[in-house]
Amino acid sequence: MTEAPLLSVEDVTVNLPTPRGNLRAVDHVDLTVGAGRTLGVVGESGCGKTMLSRAILQLLPKKAKLSGRVMFDGQDLLQLSPEKLRKLRGRSLAVVFQDPMTSLNPVLTIGTQLIETLQEHLELDMAAATRRSVELLAAVGIPAPEQRLMQYPHQLSGGMRQRVAIAIALSCEPKLLIADEPTTALDVTIQAQILDLLAREQRRRHMAMVLITHDLGVVAGRTDEVAVMYAGRVVERAPTPALFKKMRMPYTEALLAALPKIDAAPHTPLPAISGRPPDPTRPLKGCSFSPRCRYAAGQCHTEKPGLAEAESPAHLYACFHPIEAGAGISA
Amino acid sequence: MMQQPSPANGPLLDVNDLVVEYPVGNKIVHAVSSVSLQIARGETLGLVGESGCGKSTLGRAVLQLRRPVSGRVLFDGQDLTAMQGDALRRMRQRVQLIFQDPIASLNPRRRIGDIVAEPLIIAGVKDPAKRKQLVDDVLSAVGLDPALVVGRLPHEFSGGQCQRICIARALVLNPEFIVCDEPVSALDVSIRAQILNLLEEMKARYGLTLLFIAHDLAVVKSVSDRVAVMYLGRLCEVGPSEQLFARPAHPYTALLIQAIPMPDPDVRPAETVPVGEPPSPISPPSGCRFRTRCPRADQQCSDEVPELRTVAPGQFVACHHPLI
Repeated sequence: MTEAPLLSVEDVTVNLPTPRGNLRAVDHVDLTVGAGRTLGVVGESGCGKTMLSRAILQLLPKKAKLSGRVMFDGQDLLQLSPEKLRKLRGRSLAVVFQDPMTSLNPVLTIGTQLIETLQEHLELDMAAATRRSVELLAAVGIPAPEQRLMQYPHQLSGGMRQRVAIAIALSCEPKLLIADEPTTALDVTIQAQILDLLAREQRRRHMAMVLITHDLGVVAGRTDEVAVMYAGRVVERAPTPALFKKMRMPYTEALLAALPKIDAAPHTPLPAISGRPPDPTRPLKGCSFSPRCRYAAGQCHTEKPGLAEAESPAHLYACFHPIEAGAGISA
Repeated sequence: MMQQPSPANGPLLDVNDLVVEYPVGNKIVHAVSSVSLQIARGETLGLVGESGCGKSTLGRAVLQLRRPVSGRVLFDGQDLTAMQGDALRRMRQRVQLIFQDPIASLNPRRRIGDIVAEPLIIAGVKDPAKRKQLVDDVLSAVGLDPALVVGRLPHEFSGGQCQRICIARALVLNPEFIVCDEPVSALDVSIRAQILNLLEEMKARYGLTLLFIAHDLAVVKSVSDRVAVMYLGRLCEVGPSEQLFARPAHPYTALLIQAIPMPDPDVRPAETVPVGEPPSPISPPSGCRFRTRCPRADQQCSDEVPELRTVAPGQFVACHHPLI
């Protein structure tokens, strides 16, 4: 890569003190996202994907301890004053959360919330901000946008609320959008529409996106690169086609295999992953996936594998016994 | 348990013209409108649809947990809608329900052994040794070690394990029919596969018939012999799983299939036609309820309610302009 990436997460670790002891939610994670690119972050509940997004946004719980560096657009976010951070968030760094009902203010109209953002960050006057709000609502596919400005979140359906949340996130032309499970609360036909909307607006604005999801189906067709997280660590990271076709990490393989496939015959038994993820307050000495891994042997239980390069520097995996690249496919 | 002799070759469950409505203020939610379906002995019928389409209400109305406004539910030849009190309670030993949220459906203050034994007490199994034996057997069957589990409380278990406990509780009376209402929706992918496999195993072991309700088409297909698609209180299409997914006849079924995100980077997601959102079940559209989102809708669709009719062997569709 010739220029510095837009976002670079360097050796980020997040520790949360809990009554049961220290919980390492994010464990030495490195990631980069170039301008206009999409990174998918995939993992199951508790793998640390949401804490990672909070670390990028500097929206961690007060008790959380963060180490490492988050570089965004040439600035170290950990060094910024709260005032500067607030200016940055919403302006060039935007976010869409899973549940639009809790991310929108229930006692303010849609219009107030949109116009407030525009006035705060772009210093538009009331008339210009109102005009721009109507355009934005229309752009995210909300019918009768003038009337919608007057309505409250509870008057809209879940899909419409998420469109409003996206309109607010896009309102200041951000350089990076963090979408944390943006469609998980929505029905499948609405999910497709929202993902299409995000992809379209992203192309139009040349915006970068971090798409956080538990659904491998969501990242497959809509990201350039995918990072798979397990127990707080990135265990595999690769350009999207390589991740699905030439995965090296057994967890990635197992996760994909465990998905019911729409083209499989009914009653096909699923290759389930036995057991469950480790307790994050009781970290394992070896590879976190080793108790569930069918390839695990000696070293896996005593030592943590670092990220190693596969056939290209863009493809990294953390495993002592990686899956061999398919014969005839890899160079 | 006493059982009436019954027509062994008829369907185990025969739902006939079922209507369920809820009053909301002075309005009425038309949750289930004239739904008819049959489930054969040993069969799994998948029921799919989006939130608010009435699929859970239908499942509950089948078990008489919500009394229907009209229609009949014949279970093994007997009309459940006409049953009351003791008769219904006895019948309920043969039918069970598994819910979406396994943690919320277990009483947090009771021990697992008591939770799983409760149906036996209600059913009048008086001998504690016998109860313990049945509880231990069913816990082992769902993959839990009874010795380690019976004395513990629900919060000591993960979501997947709680769902195993719920399944054990549903199985302990050796029922014939189980309504599974989104049993894996709250679970992670790796745990979901375990529970789906377990349900299949239990179905074979206990000779169960299942009504499997879910919004995820891939999940439904993986367990179902036949699939019924529901939209805004009505059935759109019913057919054998493989046939229905290969050649959907209803435009709504086709839309659902098209909207599934495929875990394959070579399948570029089709830019979906912006088809809007489902209307309110308080004032559903006239005629075909899907017509407001349907690319094929015309005048006939707003004038006439389409009836379910055969389009292929075993495949029924309620559409004036089906795709096949």
